[in-house]
Amino acid sequence: MTIDWDWIRRNLLEGSIWQATQEHLMHTVIAVGVGLIVSFALSLAVLRWPRTYAPITWVTGILYTIPSIALFTFLVPIFGLTSIFTAQVALVSYTLLILIRNIVAGIRGVPDHVVEASRGMGMTERRIFLDVQLPLALPAIIAGVRVAAVTTVGLVTLTVIVGQGGYGLFILRGIGRRFLTEALVGTLLAVLMAIVIDRGLVLLERLATPWAQRRRPA
Amino acid sequence: MIDFLREVGAWFADPANWTGNRGLPGLLSAHVGLTLASLAVSAVLALPAAVYLGHKRRGGALVVSVVNIGRAVPTFGVMGVIFPLTLAFSATARPLGYWATFVAMVLLAMPPMFVNAYTGVRDVDPALVEAARGMGMTDRQVLTDVELPLALPLVMAGIRTAAVAVVATVTLSAWLGYGSLGTYVFVGFAQRDQVLVFVGGLAVAVLAVITELGLGGLERLVDPLRAIRRRRR
Amino acid sequence: MIRLESVRKVFPGATAPAVTSLSLEIPEGEFVTLVGPSGCGKTTTLKMINRIIEPTSGTIEVGGQDVLSIEPHLLRRSIGYVIQQVGLLPHRTVEQNIATVPRLLGWPRDRIEARVAELVEMVGLEHEMRDRYPAELSGGQQQRVGVARALAADPPVLLMDEPFGAVDPIVREHLQMEFKDLWRRLGKTVVFVTHDIDEAVRMGTRVAILNIGGILEQYDRPEEILANPASEFVARFLGEERGLRRLGLLPVSSATLERGPVVDVSAGPSEARAVMDRHEVDWVGLLDGNRLLGWVPASEIGSTPLRDLEPREFLVRLRPDDSLRRALDAVVTSRTRVGVVVGDEGYLGMLDVETVAEEITE
Repeated sequence: MTIDWDWIRRNLLEGSIWQATQEHLMHTVIAVGVGLIVSFALSLAVLRWPRTYAPITWVTGILYTIPSIALFTFLVPIFGLTSIFTAQVALVSYTLLILIRNIVAGIRGVPDHVVEASRGMGMTERRIFLDVQLPLALPAIIAGVRVAAVTTVGLVTLTVIVGQGGYGLFILRGIGRRFLTEALVGTLLAVLMAIVIDRGLVLLERLATPWAQRRRPA
Repeated sequence: MIDFLREVGAWFADPANWTGNRGLPGLLSAHVGLTLASLAVSAVLALPAAVYLGHKRRGGALVVSVVNIGRAVPTFGVMGVIFPLTLAFSATARPLGYWATFVAMVLLAMPPMFVNAYTGVRDVDPALVEAARGMGMTDRQVLTDVELPLALPLVMAGIRTAAVAVVATVTLSAWLGYGSLGTYVFVGFAQRDQVLVFVGGLAVAVLAVITELGLGGLERLVDPLRAIRRRRR
Repeated sequence: MIRLESVRKVFPGATAPAVTSLSLEIPEGEFVTLVGPSGCGKTTTLKMINRIIEPTSGTIEVGGQDVLSIEPHLLRRSIGYVIQQVGLLPHRTVEQNIATVPRLLGWPRDRIEARVAELVEMVGLEHEMRDRYPAELSGGQQQRVGVARALAADPPVLLMDEPFGAVDPIVREHLQMEFKDLWRRLGKTVVFVTHDIDEAVRMGTRVAILNIGGILEQYDRPEEILANPASEFVARFLGEERGLRRLGLLPVSSATLERGPVVDVSAGPSEARAVMDRHEVDWVGLLDGNRLLGWVPASEIGSTPLRDLEPREFLVRLRPDDSLRRALDAVVTSRTRVGVVVGDEGYLGMLDVETVAEEITE
């Protein structure tokens, strides 16, 4: 099992590793971003009409169960074999279940008496949602985004099958050429990106919730 | 769209697609076989350790790390890395790509099985455990008579999650050369045959949903509190 | 100030109304406690005043204005609201919490800052706590912030739902006393819900006793209710020891104090003996001018000058604003069987069991 360091150095210099990183990151960010927007919209519906929670969970659950490759294949007749939409629609679908679940749980998890006191002070429902419930739901929401992001990074490696770039390209080529170094680099970089994004979000959470960092001096 | 679906229907109607080494039954059984084998090995590796640690209530941080790492690692990548390593195994009877997929699937299945079994056993109501001990049950009896039965639904849930994930990902074996339902997808992409691609995806999806629903039903059956839960509704 | 007329509340799916038809008038500046058993609708009634719960029928007026005629959130900005779990915004500092309603009303920043500083002091918190988060405060401190927050925009009316229920009894008593003092200074109209009859009677200038379904059994000054319960229900609800409870409401200063067996240290031992004989007791209290020094048993009075004796301490020295209940406790537990009362000017007199009993029968 030998690693071709030369290959690594060459590709770093030529920028192909950097380009793959950019592509991979872009796909991840777009998928999670769009996923968040869609999930928020659906979550607002669930919070407003609680009966919709069951059907929404059912649909997003099924989407989640369908294997990623299968989902790609279902989208192929619609968007084509190598379209970015084939990849993105599938990627976004996978984020929905976890994001909706965490957003709804986060908002519902805000203590009732805090909401009642806010209402009693004369805050409008809109203000209560934006100023009280949303900030307090942030830890739960970010937890969901972390899972969604890390899972997406892994799934983006598969999008090479439908013609997208990213680290999956290295893996696929590594397999095709029986070239260990290339496949290994692709895998490790994907893991690295997942870890960096995860830790980055943890940091973001800590910065966004200063009140959760302080505890009562015993 | 309708035309496309008609083509898909035609594919299924064609008897040629039901025979031979590119036929549905053959690829299906290969797919399922690989799934079951890797799940079995994974269960043997993950479950005893998880149950033990959960019973002793140790190793919580380890569990969290396992989950996070498990989620981050792209299975596709793992397979790609292991593949060249397993070329040494090509001497055995198994065709190319089998072992790489197998190892990757075992690794894929372990985190959900491990985490669920661990938390399932650990999170049994401590009051029950204490009462059992207080009645004079030995440590092992507490495990077999109290913790395991109550944890069984969660353990099954972990197996279910792992099974669905493995069923889905065995599809990738086709990229390494081992024939499974993924062969349709792989060949389909190579030949720009949208119908074939779709067929592959459909087969895998149906299999995944059957696995999910089937094991979900089993999970409900092994729930010792099943009758009470139903009454509460 | 607050008028409820035939207010009725039926919750959807309920067989009986939570509040049947309640009519109540709360004059301005009164401290009204709503008390009653579980299910009497006291909390529901409170919450209908600021429309947290909407009445099914009937009229509610605050300051002459029908509460249904204003947008709920605007109504609530002019009414202070304190609940048992406080409901402080966990993600905002103490200062930001207190400033909530002023901010909603659009006050300029410096006015808000000044007001927060004023309130922090008013509720007995330290200024450095302004930048802390609720999680860093104790239960009692959180309650104080809750009160400050309710008072921030200086509302004429304060609604309180068992505000001191979640803290331990010692802290609770402090909070009750401090809040009552605060109320006296601020002169606001307070509606206070509690399930504790002692708290209701101690805090309220008027007490409304409610029965299940929001039936008003009696609405009067606490002394009056204790002296003359209007019905069997009220009597049972007040429980036993009504007499003692009433004593808890009457200050020592309202009783007729006696000078009692005391003698000045400048007097001679023989005069001390005469005083003891006259009062038929075996001890005498020693005064130095107006200062009460203590008491001496008869056995220690010989020929030595009184000034040279070592007087014993009275275990309890009552103040004029202490309750007669405390006085009775002092009387019953002391060796001398009296309670001495000392004010700022010095010795005021003493009382014994008979004096106290007279007050009950009055």
